[in-house]
Amino acid sequence: MFPAASVILFTTASGAGLGLLAWLALLALLGLAPATTAFGLTAFGLALGMLSLGLMSSIFHLGRPERALKALTQWRSSWLAREGVAALATYAATGPFALGWIVLNRTDSAFAFAAAASLAMSLTTIFCTAMIYASLKPIRQWSNRWTAPVYLLLAAASGGLLVVDLTSVMGGFRPAFGFAAAALVVISAAAKLAYWRHTDAEPPRSTLATATGLASFGSVRLLEQPHTEENFIMREMGFRIARKHAAKLRRLAIVLLFVAPGLLIVAATLLAGVSTAATAGLALLATLCAALGLGVERWLFFAQATHVSMLYYGRAP
Amino acid sequence: MTSLPKTPSPKRLGLVIDLDTCVGCHACATNCKEWNAGGVSAPLTDINAYQAEQRGVWFNRVFTYEAGGCGADARTVHFPKNCLHCEKPDCVTVCPTGASYKRAEDGIVLIDHDRCIGCKLCSWACPYGAREFDEVEGVMKKCTLCIDKIYNETLPEAERVPACVSTCPTGARHFGDFNDPESRVSRLTRERGGFDLAPETGYQPTSKYLPPRRQRADGPARLEPAEAAASGLLRWVDRMLSR
Repeated sequence: MFPAASVILFTTASGAGLGLLAWLALLALLGLAPATTAFGLTAFGLALGMLSLGLMSSIFHLGRPERALKALTQWRSSWLAREGVAALATYAATGPFALGWIVLNRTDSAFAFAAAASLAMSLTTIFCTAMIYASLKPIRQWSNRWTAPVYLLLAAASGGLLVVDLTSVMGGFRPAFGFAAAALVVISAAAKLAYWRHTDAEPPRSTLATATGLASFGSVRLLEQPHTEENFIMREMGFRIARKHAAKLRRLAIVLLFVAPGLLIVAATLLAGVSTAATAGLALLATLCAALGLGVERWLFFAQATHVSMLYYGRAP
Repeated sequence: MTSLPKTPSPKRLGLVIDLDTCVGCHACATNCKEWNAGGVSAPLTDINAYQAEQRGVWFNRVFTYEAGGCGADARTVHFPKNCLHCEKPDCVTVCPTGASYKRAEDGIVLIDHDRCIGCKLCSWACPYGAREFDEVEGVMKKCTLCIDKIYNETLPEAERVPACVSTCPTGARHFGDFNDPESRVSRLTRERGGFDLAPETGYQPTSKYLPPRRQRADGPARLEPAEAAASGLLRWVDRMLSR
């Protein structure tokens, strides 16, 4: 599948923003929130900014962006519509939660209720984003049981890294945040490795023989394309990456997204009592690495996805 | 509404494509483009139509495959492909706007171009590659089964079939109601072993394909290699000439 920059930005940025929102809500519910105006402004600004950046990026990916609101209507059947509705509900729940935090510096009673709603809707939105991909049967690298857990875990890990950044720079850091973020990095690494193991091992679900129904005649080969020029279907579904490059990029993603941030965040946490500057520096470096790694991971998620329709055009399954 | 109709449609309109008689002339694709460039799907835009790197929207594309052994042992199969108007079309249910729908009355899968936002998700959801993005209009387009032709009462009744069917010079394309067991499409499917494309995807296409007929069991007739006669007059002539 063609790895469009707008969609990579949409899924990674909105995932990280929603992950951060979920973390802020969880901290508020656990009574661990550094509920100051400055922290609230920065944290909610970052979280809602990233979510909005992602959503805007996805809207400008549309052929008719001016009709985007229509995409909220079919939540009964469409995961994309559900994602839109869930994103709006996340804004609605986060509004009072953020106002309480920023204006009144309170996250208790009614604001705790808003925090719980914000947590639930953030996670729901990430899940809906994942299900847009996981529900597409013609793409076996997406429609499998690992897609949704990986999206949720990577969003949670992104949010965890951002919480460590914010608290180590602005105050309120606790070693538990660092260890929780590191644990999420490790768990999401395990889930992503399981995803890759699954997609590498699973045999193709369709072949040219099943796609054409000509299996009983023996092996089926493409003799002539339907036309000389590349069409929309070939451009959209036919993107392919050389296997050797994919292997290299996968190793790069593992290092940038999992190994480096995991080690850096543990180091940052262990240094917390020694130097706050070192903690903040290492945490920011961890996030930078993870952001680059997440970009590579998401690019591969698209580039290595194969679509059944390409069989008709002679692509090996 | 992108939810599928709750009850089975009274009619299930679709095509039967006979892979035995199709000669791969592309007339169906051409006539489809001609009709639909002026019908409900208009304009069916082309970019760089008269120069290199031409691209544009076509609802029907004709592939050619080779099946079986090599050379004379292989079957050449011309393979037109357009929307199959599936019973379980995920292209409809993934649509966030309600632009994509399956008609309750006859099962035809259509797009309301005024509601489509051009997110392309339906094209990702179609295993058959039947939906195309119109870059100029910014919306998705697809085969309508010539809905503006098959119900068009200003046309003589015999012409109320999809453009690809009416133009096919070998009669390889048939149109009809699969819910009627005595319709031509139902009978052909029954008698000739009509099959679904990629049944494993679970979309349950309405339109069916008929397999190419089998060749002789001992393969096609072949020229025998010239051999020296074993006996008789020809053997004597062979000997004389070999001296």
